[in-house]
Amino acid sequence: MPLLEIQNVHAYYGNIQALKGISLHVDQGEIVTLIGANGAGKTTTLRVISCLLKPRQGSVLLDGQDLSEFKAHQVVNQGVAMVPEGRGVFSKLSVMENLELGAYSRSDKAEIQEDLERVFEIFPRLRERRSQVGGTLSGGEQQMLSTARALMARPSLLVMDEPSMGLAPVLIESVFESLIEINKQGTTILLVEQNAHMALQVATRGYVLQTGEIVLSDSVEGLRKNAMVQKAYLGIE
Amino acid sequence: MKKRIASVTERVKEILSSPIGRWAFIGAVLALILIIPLMNFQQRAFWVRVIGYTGLYIILGLGLNVVVGLAGLLDLGYVAFYAIGAYAYALLASGHFDTHISFWLVLPFAALLAGFAGILLGIPVLRMRGDYLAIVTLGFGEIIRMLVTNLTDLTNGSQGLIGIDSPYLFGLELKTSTHFYYMILIFVIIAIFVTQRLDRSRVGRSWVAMREDEDAAQMVGVNTTRYKLLAFAVGAFIGGLGGAIFSAWQGSIFPDNFNIMVSINVLCLIIIGGMGSIPGVVIGSFALITLPDILRQFSDYRLLLFGFLLVVMMIARPEGFIPSQRRRLELHAEEIAHAGPSETITEGGS
Repeated sequence: MPLLEIQNVHAYYGNIQALKGISLHVDQGEIVTLIGANGAGKTTTLRVISCLLKPRQGSVLLDGQDLSEFKAHQVVNQGVAMVPEGRGVFSKLSVMENLELGAYSRSDKAEIQEDLERVFEIFPRLRERRSQVGGTLSGGEQQMLSTARALMARPSLLVMDEPSMGLAPVLIESVFESLIEINKQGTTILLVEQNAHMALQVATRGYVLQTGEIVLSDSVEGLRKNAMVQKAYLGIE
Repeated sequence: MKKRIASVTERVKEILSSPIGRWAFIGAVLALILIIPLMNFQQRAFWVRVIGYTGLYIILGLGLNVVVGLAGLLDLGYVAFYAIGAYAYALLASGHFDTHISFWLVLPFAALLAGFAGILLGIPVLRMRGDYLAIVTLGFGEIIRMLVTNLTDLTNGSQGLIGIDSPYLFGLELKTSTHFYYMILIFVIIAIFVTQRLDRSRVGRSWVAMREDEDAAQMVGVNTTRYKLLAFAVGAFIGGLGGAIFSAWQGSIFPDNFNIMVSINVLCLIIIGGMGSIPGVVIGSFALITLPDILRQFSDYRLLLFGFLLVVMMIARPEGFIPSQRRRLELHAEEIAHAGPSETITEGGS
């Protein structure tokens, strides 16, 4: 059984249809990427997964359980942690407080401490900056913080919305390296990206989303060789 | 000269930041406040009334601080809850309906009623933020004032309610300003204690997360609906408590006592003291409620002078007199960053 399964989801903003029946799945241990241009429906897909937007039709299953019964704040308890677009760090709280809030829904103190050590190992920069407020971090550090905060929930599925946005190429590379490390430690990742070039290097499989529909689904090798992907997303003529 | 002042303020800061120094300072202020009504000086009655009134505003400030400072919900109609508490007591303990229920029974009821009104206000504004929320709450404050003005059968309209019962404590009738001075002092201490505990609890952390970023708060698991309503309810409860005390003290209330200036004043004292900061509310109340009375000797120039002081203060200390740690970091982040890594927010300090 896949960890996350989206079945024929239709979603609307008012009368405007943003998702026209998309289906995808993420298996345990995978890094799956969802690539698409602006307005393709990437963020909408994530809003559906995080229950911020209810689909009009179709369902989202996590470990076989329908997520639509839950409210947005309960999704993290089911094991899905989000790294929102634009990072969404609590900009007036310190790094440490941000991380503590990541573990908001947990009460196992010893294990929280363990996870804190773990995220500091993945992102040593955050340990150096732990008493600094989130808003004064650089873009790359904020991305680290946002990712680390999500990990503090000890999720089975980490969902990331455009982690490369607004970052310098060298930082993008380090963000993606940390994703590989996180995945190695056992967290499944759904990576939503515009930067297809990077996404197709770290993921195992990928989907291409266009105007609310999945137009392509393949292994990353297959996607990289696909003429349409090369032309539209990788800039290879 | 400037250097000397700087070194003196440094020294004061040092003393106040050590726990012993801080408790000694709080103890000294408390002792002074305790003995003021017992001392014999000219205008004693005046000062007891002014400081008692300041205490009332501290209670209101602590309540609104929960809503605005901690939960980040800009409420411009806070006076509504003050009015509900005041009218609840006035109607249940006066000759108006000839009901004379004990103050100590009505007080919790008035506060609960106001808290309930807070939830009623909270439900329709759950999805509003910022300016929109401010406008709706502003309207709510006016609606309550219009209601008490126009429901003449119930509230006696603009004639107000007079002859409100005094509270009794162990057979002693509480009617002088000195009595209320001490009663308010006790409620101020309780309110400080309760709001401080809330601030440092999981509830306080949920409020702060919500204030910073509502979507991100939901993503880490904060039930924003529940905590918004809770903030409105707690704030309103404290406002209602203040209202009931006010009506018992004054002995008569009129719709005009509950105009928009009350909401504005309470909000201002929070901003001046430092958003989200409990000591800030105390200082802000003294600055905004007591100070204008000290300036009374300048008669007509009083408000001019007062306005001038406010402008100076907003330029010199935009974060308020005693900012909460977080706001200080936010507004002076650069200076702190230049001063090297700071450990001002400790690992457990949320």
